[in-house]
This record gives sequence, C-alpha cells and structure tokens, in this order.
Amino acid sequence: MLGFGAERLRADMNRLLALLFHQGVLDEQFLQLQQLQDESSPNFVSEVVNIYFHESEKLLRNLRGLLLDREFSDYNKMGIHLNQFMGSSSSIGANRVRNVCVAFRAASEQSNRPGCFRALELLEYEYCYLKNKLHELFQIEQQRILAAAVRYPPVQHPLNNP
Amino acid sequence: MGMAASDSQFHVLAVDDSLIDRKLIERLLKTSSYIVTTVDSGSKALEFLGWHEDDRRNTDETSVSPQNHQEVEVNLVITDYCMPEMTGYDLLKKIKESSSLRNIPVVIMSSENVPSRINRCLEEGAEEFFLKPVRLSDVNKLKPHLMKGKKQEIHESTPPQSPPSQLPTPQSSPPQSQLQQPPQPQEQQQQPSQSSNNKRKGMDEGLSSPDRTRPRYNGLTMVSN
Repeated sequence: MLGFGAERLRADMNRLLALLFHQGVLDEQFLQLQQLQDESSPNFVSEVVNIYFHESEKLLRNLRGLLLDREFSDYNKMGIHLNQFMGSSSSIGANRVRNVCVAFRAASEQSNRPGCFRALELLEYEYCYLKNKLHELFQIEQQRILAAAVRYPPVQHPLNNP
Repeated sequence: MGMAASDSQFHVLAVDDSLIDRKLIERLLKTSSYIVTTVDSGSKALEFLGWHEDDRRNTDETSVSPQNHQEVEVNLVITDYCMPEMTGYDLLKKIKESSSLRNIPVVIMSSENVPSRINRCLEEGAEEFFLKPVRLSDVNKLKPHLMKGKKQEIHESTPPQSPPSQLPTPQSSPPQSQLQQPPQPQEQQQQPSQSSNNKRKGMDEGLSSPDRTRPRYNGLTMVSN
C-alpha cells in the first residue's frame, strides 16, 4: 500500500487542481507559481500563498471596518484596498476573488453602499472557499511528499523485512 | 561592493510596494540567473542607486566623470507603476534626468492597461512596459536591454573589456506544462551592438506568443488614444 499512496495522492492533487481551474477559482497564473518552485525554492508556492492569506485577511477586515462605519464616506480609501486586493489576487491566480474585487470596485466608484455590502459578502465567501481549497491542496501535497519519501527509503540502511 | 567586470551576472533592482509582487519578480529574476535586489518604494530605489538631488543631466558641471555615483552596480531597474508617494513614472523620470543613472535601462510594470500611461512611460525612456502578472516570458525579454546597458558602460569606462562570454541559459525549461511558452531563441545569441543612443530601437524579438491575448508594448509600436 505504501508505494501506491504517492501516486494516488498525486492523482488527487491533479483532480482538485483541475476542478479549481474548471470552476475558475484558479487561473493559469497559479500554474506559473508552481513552475517557479524548484529545488532551490521548494516552498515557493506555499510561501507566497501564505503571504496572500495574511494580507487578504487584513484587507477584508479593513473593508468590513470601513463599511460598518455609519459615517463612512471614504470610497477612495476603499478603492485603494480593493486595488491592492485585486493586484495580489491576480498575482497568485485567484481568478474568482479578483473578479469579485472588480465588481466591488465598480460599486465603490458609484458610491453604492448596499452594492458594496453585497460585494463584500461575496468576496468573503469566495476568499473562504479559495483558502479552504488551497489548504486542502497543500495537505495533499504534504502527504504525497511523505508517501514518496517512504517509498524510496535510503539504500545504505536497508530495513529488515517484517 | 561592485560586481566589477563580471559579464555573466546581471544585477536587477526590482521596485514594488506589494510584498507578493516583490516575491514573484524576485523569483522570476533569480530563475533567469540574475542577481536581484528588491525594495518597496521609489525613494529606497534612488537611495540604493546612490542618486543625488543635484545630479542632473543639464548642469554646467561636466558629467563625463569616470567614477560612478552608484554605490552598487545595477544593470536594470524594473518598477511597478502604481506606488504611493513616488510612482514608477516619477522614479523613471528621476533616473533619466540623472547624469550618473540615465543609462540604466528601466522597465515599468502595471496591472492596468492604460495606453496613455504606457505611452508616457515609453516616451520618458522606459525600455518596456509589462502588464501584470509578469510572466517568465516577459522576463526573458530583458536580456537585450541588459546587454545593451552593459555594452554602453563598457564603451564609456576606460579599458575595452573582452566581449561577454556565452550567455547563461536563463532556465531549464519546466517539465510538463502545456501553457508555458518555450524560451525565446534570441537569448542564446550574442546581440549585435546597436547604435547605442537610441534606446527605443524596435526590439522585435518575435513579439508575444500567439496564446497571449494581452498586448505587450515595446518600442514605439503603440496604440494611439
């Protein structure tokens, strides 16, 4: 069973990735990130994605804080947050999140407060979904690495057969 | 610490206020075997370049001084356009107005496709304008600008150097990816020395690959408003 684990996990990963592409949650920029990962930078994707999570949650808090403020009128500030969110989402291939940001920004430019609220809720939803799926992806990847390591034990110290 | 006569290693200064984009551009550049320094603002970039307030091209002082004002040798600056306080355009202007820095090629990146913005940057002397997210295929286009900058420096400083050694391969082509376009062939060639003063000579490097729908802008092949 040990040997097959890595293969099956790789298949699981690919299946999940394909689903996310199909749903438009991720786009080809995510593939670009993966291609930039190699032995000299083995954790590149998770590093970048973790920075993205950290920044995004801060932005979402800021956006919510702005909107919940009864005296809120600074749509300009909102636009700045959204541009940042759009940029980072685009940079990691978070396609659906970016698209919601675009709609959110449009509502903000029209000073459409209820529209902004709706957009914020949608944004939080899409972000949550993305985060969950990416965590799932990383988990499978971790397991796959472990399984692959077990499959190819170092030759110098052969294990006793059970 | 100068990189001296090391012809095979180029030093790129990347400027972006977004941490994620700095990570990305750094990785892209390192993958292409460049030495990378990243900073998060235009003012830090100028500081790193050793820029001085009175260091302008049209002063009466002769600007043919052999010594470089730069603390560290930088062969190319790649900067985001939208940054607080000092935009990429402002940075570009300051570099081009500086007698010691004006020969450093500058590339602008932006997430927004605004033709007037692009025009303005190219007219101010930017070599290229990349749309974000920047890809490896974009970074592959930097080589000719870096080579030209190096050649210019070599001409301007005293003893003629031996021609650059074989260009290092930017990166081994990544496995199983249908979407990645193969590296452009011109990286392997030695660039013939072009007339050095016209930076905006048409850099027809085979242009963008057919599967990219977004336009890439270089030289003067621009859409007008």
